[in-house]
Amino acid sequence: MKFIVCAKLTPDSEQLSDVKPEDVRSGDLGVTMVLNPWDEFAVEEALLLQERFDGEAIVLTLGTEESAEALKRAVAMGIEEPILLSDDVFQGSDAWATAHILAQAIRKIGDYSLILAGKQSVDGNGGLVGPGIAVQLGIPFVSNVNKIVDLNEDEAVVLRNLDEGIQTVKVKLPAVLALSTEINEPRYPNFMGIRKASRMQYPAVGAGELPGLNLARLGEGAALLTWSELTKPPAAASKVEFIQGGSPAEQAAALVDRLIADKAI
Amino acid sequence: MGILVYVDQYEGVAKPVSWEMLGKARELAGRLDGQVAAVVIGQGVGEVAQQAIAYGADKVFVVDGPDFARYRNAAYAAAFKAAIDAAQPSIIFAPAVTGARDVAAMAAAMADIGMAAEVVSVDLDADGNLVAERPIFAGAIVATVTFKGKAQMATVRVRSFPMPEPDASRTGKITPLEVALTGAAAAEEIIGFESMETGELDVQNAGIVVAAGRGVKGPEGFDPIRSLARVLGGAVGASRAAVDAGWIPYVHQIGQTGKTVRPDLYIAAGISGAIQHMAGMTGSKTIVAINKDKDAPIFSVARYGIVGDLFEVVPALEKAFRERLGK
Repeated sequence: MKFIVCAKLTPDSEQLSDVKPEDVRSGDLGVTMVLNPWDEFAVEEALLLQERFDGEAIVLTLGTEESAEALKRAVAMGIEEPILLSDDVFQGSDAWATAHILAQAIRKIGDYSLILAGKQSVDGNGGLVGPGIAVQLGIPFVSNVNKIVDLNEDEAVVLRNLDEGIQTVKVKLPAVLALSTEINEPRYPNFMGIRKASRMQYPAVGAGELPGLNLARLGEGAALLTWSELTKPPAAASKVEFIQGGSPAEQAAALVDRLIADKAI
Repeated sequence: MGILVYVDQYEGVAKPVSWEMLGKARELAGRLDGQVAAVVIGQGVGEVAQQAIAYGADKVFVVDGPDFARYRNAAYAAAFKAAIDAAQPSIIFAPAVTGARDVAAMAAAMADIGMAAEVVSVDLDADGNLVAERPIFAGAIVATVTFKGKAQMATVRVRSFPMPEPDASRTGKITPLEVALTGAAAAEEIIGFESMETGELDVQNAGIVVAAGRGVKGPEGFDPIRSLARVLGGAVGASRAAVDAGWIPYVHQIGQTGKTVRPDLYIAAGISGAIQHMAGMTGSKTIVAINKDKDAPIFSVARYGIVGDLFEVVPALEKAFRERLGK
């Protein structure tokens, strides 16, 4: 069985607040770029499934050549088949075009059982590409999966988190699964893995190598959404006011006074 | 130029965010001189459809039947797509909540409509097209989104728009939609369900949230937090650290890997203020932080701070609120 992970290179979560609007425009964010933390759970799950079901785990990423860094993390964790999709014509694609490119790459790999994705990326946090891939391939999409209970060639049984409770879902394969952080604990790469990853080549697979691409739908020109303005949210009008002095009872009373005066209560 | 609103419901009860979106749709439709339609999907949802009219819909598409009794992503997406085809709206709103956000994404992908996810504010441009604002990069940046194409869709965060007043005298048309499920739309079967409903107020719908983190040191540490929340009529939230430690269920988790909340008042006790947590609550109107460490990052987003022991301050706050609010 083939398990294909779709991964993205994103800023390190810790540095998200350091990203400036003008850097988003230029494309050079000036922060450390890493495998999207959500996608680490997908890579880990693919490795676990590969072991459990004697399958094949593949990781795809779409981006600039720098996106190979995301693949390196996956390889260091144990993935043996990384694929970098990169081409100028892909740049600036919206979510549905991104899903289309990934879907065509998935179709080319063929005979897949599960497509695994993180719930969303830490930068765009839209969670759109997973559903987009499912629609492109005409297969089901199950999100917030916190456990893959069972799996065979035809169907999977998974647990899906809803706000109201946990559903046990039997889904026909192939399917796209977006994973919750509760599903596993991504392994840390070991030294051998890191060394292997740094020595591996990550050739870019371009538009010419993906059959069936609808080129007219790709890139910035065809994108249905534009970020017409990017701004830093207004800084707090004033710095925090520390309620000083006295006992907790006095501080509490003073705070309550402020909140009532502000009409916050 | 019409607007379509996805009314999300669970077991025949509509989620409040649905009415918030309907209220905004009514306002925008007034400026566009257009109609507001709603879509309700489920089983036994006739009453929800009636409520949708009271909250502002001129027309309600209802997909009601056993196939839709329980949430199934692709089935609900097929139903939503059918409503989009029937209504031919120029603007579409759906809630950015678990479940509905994925239904919306699938329907938008199927229709090849541009979708802005997790918006907190919307407006119209000079041509009557939707313009939306949404946080990206964990809220460090706000993006203004403009659209191309005949329709524009947005998923909307809870409490982004005010709750409108229902008007029971409003009239509207209820239109049942038959949706046959084939292929991927019929590929999910729900073979089990474990309810997590506690009867507690959901953090996303609450006007007041009292949240705690590592500082409460254990599950019992949430007792004073719950107590304060009860006096304030608020909900209890938690940081990822507290949830991962097993002190409180995941449903309370606020932050990048949990829920995003926009209450009027957010009280953070024993929460240091990791970026990932702040991503989930900086939309709060007023933030109060209580922490032993005066340099805790949470104070950088707080309006008021108390440096102290939460086990003394939180009960003192509860007492002070009781007295001032006459409880």
